[in-house]
Amino acid sequence: MVKTIEEINEKIKAGKAVVFNAEEIIEFAREKGVKKTAEQVDVVTTGTFGIMCSSGAYFNVGHTKPRIKLGGGRTYMNDVPAYTGLAAVDLFLGANALPDDDPRNRIHPGEFNYGGGHVIEELVAGKDIRLEATAFGTDCYPRRKLETWINIKDLNEAVLFNIRNAYQNYNVAVNTSDKTIYTYMGVLKPNLGNANYSSAGQLSPLFNDPFYKTIGIGTRIFLGGGTGFVAWQGTQYNPSVPRTEKGIPKEGAGTLAVIGDMKQMSPRWLVGASVQGYGCSLTVGIGVPIPILDEEVLRYTLVTDADIVAPVIDYSDAFPQLKPDKLGEVSYAELKSGKIKIKGKDVPTASRSSYPKALEIADILKDWIKQGKFFLTSPVEKLPGAESGVRVRPLKERPIEE
Amino acid sequence: MAVDKKIVLRFPKRMVDRPIVYRLVKDYDLEFNILKASITPEQEGLLVLELKGNQQEYDKGIEFLLKAGVQIQSLSQDVTRNEERCTHCGACVTICPTGAFKVDPKTRKVIFEDEKCIACGLCIPACPPRAMEVHF
Repeated sequence: MVKTIEEINEKIKAGKAVVFNAEEIIEFAREKGVKKTAEQVDVVTTGTFGIMCSSGAYFNVGHTKPRIKLGGGRTYMNDVPAYTGLAAVDLFLGANALPDDDPRNRIHPGEFNYGGGHVIEELVAGKDIRLEATAFGTDCYPRRKLETWINIKDLNEAVLFNIRNAYQNYNVAVNTSDKTIYTYMGVLKPNLGNANYSSAGQLSPLFNDPFYKTIGIGTRIFLGGGTGFVAWQGTQYNPSVPRTEKGIPKEGAGTLAVIGDMKQMSPRWLVGASVQGYGCSLTVGIGVPIPILDEEVLRYTLVTDADIVAPVIDYSDAFPQLKPDKLGEVSYAELKSGKIKIKGKDVPTASRSSYPKALEIADILKDWIKQGKFFLTSPVEKLPGAESGVRVRPLKERPIEE
Repeated sequence: MAVDKKIVLRFPKRMVDRPIVYRLVKDYDLEFNILKASITPEQEGLLVLELKGNQQEYDKGIEFLLKAGVQIQSLSQDVTRNEERCTHCGACVTICPTGAFKVDPKTRKVIFEDEKCIACGLCIPACPPRAMEVHF
């Protein structure tokens, strides 16, 4: 029994597609068996909602009269600096960007109440944003100063372009030192006081397609409340890591670069994040549909939290010092029980990624498909696979000698 | 009848040097546990207390405090969750020293049990979407 994307799209058009989220499909297949389920089900929807760094957006704000060239000058959106080194009125705003006068970690741990991620949230909420720029002036772009309110609806383009999202697995962060530490994985209490993890587990997109058989460049997705696309593999893409018998990576592996029209998006699914002692970022909602083309594709979507293991990493030493040491491996089922055992000690766990919101995203995507509003795409190019040899490398520093 | 309540006391600056808590113990036989205290020089004092004792004596103690010029408010209203902003990620769960946050094992939503809250404020900066708010 083999289906094509075209056949599935015909069923979506006719309002007859059978769609389950990645949690429901586990139970359904347990009852009906893999063969029958693969025949009956057309699409499985996944979801994830967590703080995702390497998120950002680009804008074309329109030309002023007289003209100004922002490129090479300085531009701020609500005091948060945007990158101008592209052209006259194109800007890129990164989720981690901070106002010049933010105290950062001068009094540790800093609070990081407002940054690039918050500007993105306010833009999609339809709020006016203060744009302030200084430029050097040219014969063709004579203006040197600009102060104006802007609104997303008036921008020529507002495009969310996140170059690394939707990590396939992630570290469980702990602290073995005798001091509290403030990390991007949250506040970590001393002497293994807590363990923080960050993945939607069995609902997460790349856990449901571990070998990138259906998700590839050009895959249409739910992004920030609108529709978007997989643009490329994400940065730090690392598919060649050790895997379980079922093919699930045992540590951070694949990632996605995603793109989409911000004008369709909502502040419900793009939320500015303040990470104490670390900085600002953006919480992003992503949902990816998986077309059930055959039994093999279905089988991967049946992954459960008990099948997925994550490495426990010491963020007081191994992580900052880039050491390969692991304190152990735990499954997401164990993590979700509320405590795990490390070095014989019971350690309470907390998630950084919202499972209820991930489930909501998978259900919204399911509804879009059932209502004939969202059609599936075949990737125009596959992502590099586990056998590609592609792997992430550290920076090899070479001293600069004069 | 026994009573056990968490309250917030605010002292005007003229009272900061008076032994208020001592009188609660000595005159009204109340058991206290200081949950949070701060004194701002030349401004005011703030004390978060858990008070235990006999209901009648407790009421008398409160009356004494009010007469002395201390402002009193109950604690549970002081830390609230902005439900619009909460994403139910769980970042607060292991931060809270009294276990006021717990994850519903079925829905995976984070439940805030404000009666367990001692208004220490640790969850405020630890919450990435800034959903926890303190109103002292």
